[in-house]
Amino acid sequence: MRFLGRRFAVFASLLTGAMGGAMGLARSALAQAPKPWEMDMQPGFSPVKRDIIGLHDFVLVIITLITLLVGALLVWVLYRYNAKRNPEPSRTSHNTLIEVLWTVLPILILVIIAIPSFRLVYYEDRTHDPALTIKVTAHQWYWEYGYPDQGGLDIESRIIPDSQIKPGQMRLLEVDNPLVVPVGKDIRILTTSTDVIHSFFIPSLGVQRYAIPGRSIETWVRVEKPGRYYGECNQVCGMNHSQMPIVVEALSEADFKAWAAKAKAQEQTSEIAPAKPGDDRLAAADGLTNEARR
Amino acid sequence: MASATTHDHAHGEHHGHYPGFAARWLFSTNHKDIGTLYLIFAAVASLIGGGLSMIMRAQLMYPGQHIVENGQIWNTIVTAHGLIMIFFVVMPALIGGFGNWFVPLMIGAPDMAFPRLNNISFWLLVPALALVCTGLLMGESGSGWTLYPPLSNAMYEPGPGMDFTLFALHLAGISSLLGAINFITTIFNMRAPGMTLHKMPLFVWGMLVTAFLLLLSIPVLAGAITMLITDRNFGTTFFDPQGGGDPVLFQHLFWFFGHPEVYIMILPAFGIISHIVSTFSRKPVFGYLGMAYAMVAIGVVGFVVWAHHMFVSGMDVDTRAYFMAATLVIAVPTGVKIFSWIATMWGGAIEMTVPMLWAVGFIFVFTIGGVTGVVLANAGIDQIVHNTYYVIAHFHYVLSLGAVFGIFAGIYYWIGKMTGRPFPEFWARVHFWMFFVGVNLTFFPMHFLGLAGMPRRYPDYPEAFAGWNYVSSIGAYIAGLSALVFFYVMFRTFTSKERLGENYWGEGATTLEWTVSSPPPFHTYEELPLIR
Repeated sequence: MRFLGRRFAVFASLLTGAMGGAMGLARSALAQAPKPWEMDMQPGFSPVKRDIIGLHDFVLVIITLITLLVGALLVWVLYRYNAKRNPEPSRTSHNTLIEVLWTVLPILILVIIAIPSFRLVYYEDRTHDPALTIKVTAHQWYWEYGYPDQGGLDIESRIIPDSQIKPGQMRLLEVDNPLVVPVGKDIRILTTSTDVIHSFFIPSLGVQRYAIPGRSIETWVRVEKPGRYYGECNQVCGMNHSQMPIVVEALSEADFKAWAAKAKAQEQTSEIAPAKPGDDRLAAADGLTNEARR
Repeated sequence: MASATTHDHAHGEHHGHYPGFAARWLFSTNHKDIGTLYLIFAAVASLIGGGLSMIMRAQLMYPGQHIVENGQIWNTIVTAHGLIMIFFVVMPALIGGFGNWFVPLMIGAPDMAFPRLNNISFWLLVPALALVCTGLLMGESGSGWTLYPPLSNAMYEPGPGMDFTLFALHLAGISSLLGAINFITTIFNMRAPGMTLHKMPLFVWGMLVTAFLLLLSIPVLAGAITMLITDRNFGTTFFDPQGGGDPVLFQHLFWFFGHPEVYIMILPAFGIISHIVSTFSRKPVFGYLGMAYAMVAIGVVGFVVWAHHMFVSGMDVDTRAYFMAATLVIAVPTGVKIFSWIATMWGGAIEMTVPMLWAVGFIFVFTIGGVTGVVLANAGIDQIVHNTYYVIAHFHYVLSLGAVFGIFAGIYYWIGKMTGRPFPEFWARVHFWMFFVGVNLTFFPMHFLGLAGMPRRYPDYPEAFAGWNYVSSIGAYIAGLSALVFFYVMFRTFTSKERLGENYWGEGATTLEWTVSSPPPFHTYEELPLIR
């Protein structure tokens, strides 16, 4: 599996220019990225993320009430039982009823939290009837997206460095080739890595899984609206950990098919033949030490 | 050993006879001197660890800064900050410092069970800190304090700096392990006549549970980093998938240690807070047995929740569901403690002294840190806040605010006992309020950054995160300045001409350390106290 990732690596530069143009046509207005002074979760554009927000809002109310209760009790005891106001302390050190109460009530609250939590965890786990599968392979420091259902289409996605950022683009979030997906379809995501552990993290879609070498980890997403959704690598992966953002471009199904056909055609008509395992170029790439990559 | 004991006794008979400088501070076998050494060590390490956090907040104050040259150096700083704060500040202060000073004093024991073991426990920490600092200065240990391979493998961190860091953890681990053995033996065998386990002060209970957590978790860490060292240097592939190994195995082993570790840092603070709240409410601790067994419960359950740090590591969904449920359970004994502290104050005659300020501050910030733990325990929500600044905010609220508030509470509570000198009240209050405002301003906005999706261990971030990062950095500078006030308070204390009596806090302070002079004589309890 690790070799599959490298096989199409050489196409990156070719696809970069061509697909950038293709994306321009289909680009929609919605661009979901973090906002300045944001204080809550990014809005959700997948059923999983909307459920996460729902549960978080619910838990947030409970924990806010608990914190306010503790704060109010502290203020009250400091006011009412100050040595000036209450010079003679009581000697009470036991009250079985209240001790049972403050053990049992939290248990009940936790049960109330746990019921929707269990539902959410199982819902997040996987989709049983995916419309397509996307294989996410992490590298130091870029993402590679494989489309086994689109004839093995494989693209690489790299950050647009600060020096090439155009006005209106967001620094450290924009990439050359976004991950293009169809809207409204259940998509199976399989993550893996060829080097160190990374994390495939898109806040507004409720997606996060580590990408671990030697493992294939499954999750799923259904993007509900066409648009661009921004994410970032979320597990420390070396020097350029902050330099491998993720952009998901969700297109209508027709647009997605058109995009996939075009990208595939470009991949096949490219003049460089796919590298085979054992190829010198691969060997050279394998031999790159961390030092050299820096 | 036997001869050493008789020798110590011979010393004790000459009242006020102290050994010479080298014998007293380098070959120290006295629990109070070793405790002092630990506290000084923690203060020195806090300057390094805290200095690193100032560099980090300076770098993150604005997006696109270049105070830190590159991501590798950044990662090294992040790693060193975490390791130093955990292993060389919080643990030495709470366990080595207050534990050594006050466990024997509180249980009426003349010293720790193994005084020479105690000495080596301390001196192992010095080379350990030196090794961590070497790894930091070489810029070669950028794996994060969690040390996850493959990033910590020879392929991706080829330099010896990473090995230095791993060996530092071995040394610090051995130090903690020997300390734990010492505490367990002392607490089980050397309590004064009449002090049953159920009459033992809560700080000693906290130390006992902590010692057991260390005893059971440190060897697992030692195994994991030994395998990592052989992976790096001797061609094994425990954690390398290309040789049939598994990176996730390391995560399991690390967190089997790492999760109890967070309770190791907070349980002694729980004990300190209980004493302070009781002293300054002039009331016995409410629900003493509940408090003691809540700590035991936290310790036991703390061992079966480790994989909640790995909710996005691809574990089976049933496993995630289990670890979520088990983690939520910890909120129950923690809640018992919070409510018992408030009940201790209820009906009391509360004096808002400086240690009480820190204790009340502790209860409040620990509650905030605790309830965000309930959010993170939900595997479903954690899918989107895992590794974000929400996690940073959570664990700094329980550690940087919780455990560190516990340390400062302990210092202000006991500094008079340890030095015989009072601290300057006004400046101590200035210190509290600066620190309280500073750290809350630093860490509360991190909740917002995390919810909005800012990943941790980033030296640079998209402009959208700039606002709250700026606020956070301002808060950090205020907290940093408060450290200067703290050192001024300590300077004034140590140079004070005033002297304090045995029990300068009054009738609320009922534990045994208040029956000996301030500072206590070199050897205490030559005649064992009898507990009613």
